[in-house]
Amino acid sequence: MPLVYYLLLSALLFGIGVAGVLLRRNAIVIFMSIELMLNAVNLTFVAFAAHFKNLEGQIFVFFVMVVAAAEVAVGLALIVAIFRVKQTVFVDEINLMKW
Amino acid sequence: MTLDMAINLQTVLFFLFSVIALGAAIMMILHRNPVYSAIFLIVTLFALAGFYVLLNAPFVASVHVIVYAGAIMVLFLFVIMLLNLKQDPSRERGKILRRAFASLIILILLAEICVLIGGSLLTGNSVAATPPIAGLVDGSADSTGFSGGTAAIGRQLFTTYILPFEIASVLLLVGIVGAVILAKRKLTS
Repeated sequence: MPLVYYLLLSALLFGIGVAGVLLRRNAIVIFMSIELMLNAVNLTFVAFAAHFKNLEGQIFVFFVMVVAAAEVAVGLALIVAIFRVKQTVFVDEINLMKW
Repeated sequence: MTLDMAINLQTVLFFLFSVIALGAAIMMILHRNPVYSAIFLIVTLFALAGFYVLLNAPFVASVHVIVYAGAIMVLFLFVIMLLNLKQDPSRERGKILRRAFASLIILILLAEICVLIGGSLLTGNSVAATPPIAGLVDGSADSTGFSGGTAAIGRQLFTTYILPFEIASVLLLVGIVGAVILAKRKLTS
């Protein structure tokens, strides 16, 4: 399978993730879209690793997964904390930092 | 002849997984119910694990399924059900102007990426055809000695990348502590 197919596919997945972040107003769905973007980039890493016959890409994916796991734990805790105060996860109604 | 068949199987599987991944991703951002969004994201993640197997990376594929489709998505579903979100589609609807602006940004981004990839395709430097990967089934090294196997990754991870590995463990500890503190304490508004 030529590398360019994998690059196009992960570009499309990344674009869908960006669309989710920009179009949705539910903080949890926005968060899931961010996960989708991370995974699109991971696919690029693995595709390049296979193309250049180099393990570094796969090892970097491993570290991306570690960071993503920590990010999800902290981010979901933040959403829970915000929900306790505001009783909503819709980002239009969370505007404390807006002036 | 077996090589030809392997390439064909790879191509078929690639397009099958592509359709599944893209369709589930689109359904994820379009579905009103966040529980269904999470389940469609899980489908996308499984398709991505299939790509990793196709790309001769069985370790990444298995870790991906265990960590993403297992742990992270369970956490997502857990939080969605914990918060017990009320269905309110009216709050999901943004202003027309903002939606148009968002769509414009997405189109520009996709056009940029397509121009970049297409440009490198035309000039033909290094993003051309990948030689078919040997050892797809048994995971053995191919003629150039490349193997995406777990042993090779483990050796690299515990020699060359030992410092990032240890830092990653500290990062996970910080993440655990931060999540517990954030979710436990009652924030004063």
